[in-house]
Amino acid sequence: MSEKKSLNKIVTDLTKPIKNHRWFMLWILFLLSVMGFGLFGWITQLTEGLGSTALTDYISWGLYISGFIFFVATALIGMLISSVLGLLGIKWITPIARIAELIAVGFAMWAGLIIVFDMGRPERLLNVFIHGRLQSPITWDVTVVMTYVTISILLYLLPLIPDMPFLKKTMTDAPKWKQKIYSILSFGWVGSPEQYKIIKRSIKVLAVLIIPVALAIHTVTSWLFAMTPRIGWDSTIFGPYYVTGAFVAGGAAVMIAMYVFSRTYNLKEYITDFHFDKMGKLLVLLMLVYLYFNINEYIVPGYKMKQGDDIHILNLFVGHNAKLFWSVQICGMILPLILFLFKRMRKPLPAMIISIAIVIGAFFKRYIITVPTLEHPAFPADNVPAEYLIYWPNWVEWSITMMAIAGAILIVTILAKLFPIMPIWEVAHEEGITNEEMNEFEV
Amino acid sequence: MKIKKQLEQKDNNTKNTRREFLKKGVLAGVGTILAGGIVTSFNATASGKTVNVLGPDGKVKTVAKEHLKDIGKKTEAQLQKAGREGIPNRRWVMVIDLGKCKNDQRCMEACQTHHQLWTSKDGKGDKVQHHINVHELKRNEKSGGFFMPKTCQHCDNPPCTKVCPVDATYKRDDGIVLIDNLRCIGCRFCVAACPYSARVFNWHNPKDEEKYADKKYNVELNVPQKRGTVTKCVFSADRLREGELPYCVSACGNGVFWFGDENEDAVTNGTTKETVRLSKLLKDNAAYTLMPELATRPRVYYLPEKDRIFPFESKKKEGDVNHHA
Ligand code: SF4
Repeated sequence: MSEKKSLNKIVTDLTKPIKNHRWFMLWILFLLSVMGFGLFGWITQLTEGLGSTALTDYISWGLYISGFIFFVATALIGMLISSVLGLLGIKWITPIARIAELIAVGFAMWAGLIIVFDMGRPERLLNVFIHGRLQSPITWDVTVVMTYVTISILLYLLPLIPDMPFLKKTMTDAPKWKQKIYSILSFGWVGSPEQYKIIKRSIKVLAVLIIPVALAIHTVTSWLFAMTPRIGWDSTIFGPYYVTGAFVAGGAAVMIAMYVFSRTYNLKEYITDFHFDKMGKLLVLLMLVYLYFNINEYIVPGYKMKQGDDIHILNLFVGHNAKLFWSVQICGMILPLILFLFKRMRKPLPAMIISIAIVIGAFFKRYIITVPTLEHPAFPADNVPAEYLIYWPNWVEWSITMMAIAGAILIVTILAKLFPIMPIWEVAHEEGITNEEMNEFEV
Repeated sequence: MKIKKQLEQKDNNTKNTRREFLKKGVLAGVGTILAGGIVTSFNATASGKTVNVLGPDGKVKTVAKEHLKDIGKKTEAQLQKAGREGIPNRRWVMVIDLGKCKNDQRCMEACQTHHQLWTSKDGKGDKVQHHINVHELKRNEKSGGFFMPKTCQHCDNPPCTKVCPVDATYKRDDGIVLIDNLRCIGCRFCVAACPYSARVFNWHNPKDEEKYADKKYNVELNVPQKRGTVTKCVFSADRLREGELPYCVSACGNGVFWFGDENEDAVTNGTTKETVRLSKLLKDNAAYTLMPELATRPRVYYLPEKDRIFPFESKKKEGDVNHHA
């Protein structure tokens, strides 16, 4: 790594992007227009009912539910990076942990909203709390998603506290409301040894807490499927299968964000080739585990070809879903896995491009898990139009899903504009700067 | 009570004995019923207006008019409450004789009419809803085809009610699985969980919505239908409460459906109105339930299509697949 950076440099480098608004408004405008279109889609759906989507009595879960799993999956990376790796004392995650946490917050929040878009009666949402039943996996899901969002927000906010004095001191020309936020969020931080002790301990407690919650949120999400007796969903490995798949999706999302932030925020000195290399290696490991679960999930029923299973497996392997199935398996998992084995491919640009393929693959993989199973009801779809068994999401569903994606990115963008993308104090610690030096910091 | 259902009790080789079936149970349960009223007290009152009613002991009694409560005009809250409680001391069961079905689909039509469902005849090709559907199936390559009316199976171990987050779909003591359209949030988890594809959703505005606009919601009928909620076969619980057979059962002209009470061990044929012992019917005819491997324990039994009374004519086009036999 490069030679030691001074505290002054760190603070300037990390706060500059917050002040610099080039392209920012344009980007926000773009996200808002995507969301505006999605809002139009949602209003259409609210006035005409879910009938305005391509869903039918047979394919009654489609893009929204696939999107929901994708969002929960992506959000899970926060737990892996800032919590598991952090607790293991792995140092290279310092500059990217907050990025992972941002993705966790943004995507977990929108995961909850997607469920509302999927509801036939969104105005009855409160029924889940009024009449909630413990034995329904949806109740479990709602509970753990809310817990995960809460802990993720705390895990984002707590490490912000020691950064606030730096912001207050450097952002003197920022608007009043911004300074007010900085004051409030500093919670009287003066940087005493006592305070450092407390904050480190609280972060540790949260980091431990979030591990079971994160495992629960995605396991329960997989149970929405695995708890039904349907061929293709009726699987005992769905929990770990989903969790490992989630880390792959989230890891790739972090890689993309690392690229974007290191370039637009001019932080190449902080997020270096070394970090991309490490993330690439981490993804190789994650994808190997995911591949292993995929082999189990498809080869085991595929070998036996029991009645019912055979239709499902053949449909995926050689039937009308084969193109999509092999595309996501090859472009979204196998090829990236092989490519990331090469050091050259773990350089920032190729790593980012491969990660985009992984994320797109991850999205459609959720579709492949959700929809084809429903295309094969146990009893034929008699006396209904043939279209009832054919599904491809229409514009209403796409626009609303796009709104969710844009919305999650919007949260990430805005938070990354309000606060530094890396914890100044932790980066400073890594550079050997003491707490006293930080406390005495003046512009 | 319009129909007197009779039970044929064939005891070994002795001649048939008969006894009253549905009618008796309903009368005994309520005390006294006359033209849809319940007697709340037998004391005469000031107004002096009286009516004659048939007492539980079989004797005619005179009661004050204001003590007759009109049960035809229940409030929505009362309907909701009754809909949760079920009909006392009953365990409803249906038996479907596959050898008699010739795909007339009169059951489907009657059901769609009474439950306010979209049909293929409504000229809107994309809106068709069935509480009961008639499938064309084949057990294996070599065996002949047959038609299978399929309702909600009203499982004793229902996968759908388990997953409902708000208790909108529930199992009653009388065996019926109902769905409360006023509470359902439309998550369609129950649709995903039902292995029989028995549940349909109100994707669009319900049929003839304006016509039903000021009707009270009856959970035992699922009418008026509500957009954005799930609907399904309710075993015509509203009819059962009045001591009548379900709509589909009475509509069939071919004697396919038997319907009755497991507690009484009696089922009545919707076409012939003949009443027989349930246990004997099931025993003698190799009755089976659908997908027993899932342990859902359906309340709908099927009698195999051996000795079909109609020649089987497939309505399917080449290339259609049966996923399940
Ligand atoms: S769709 Fe309605 S009845 Fe079915 S599980 Fe959801 S809330 Fe319950």
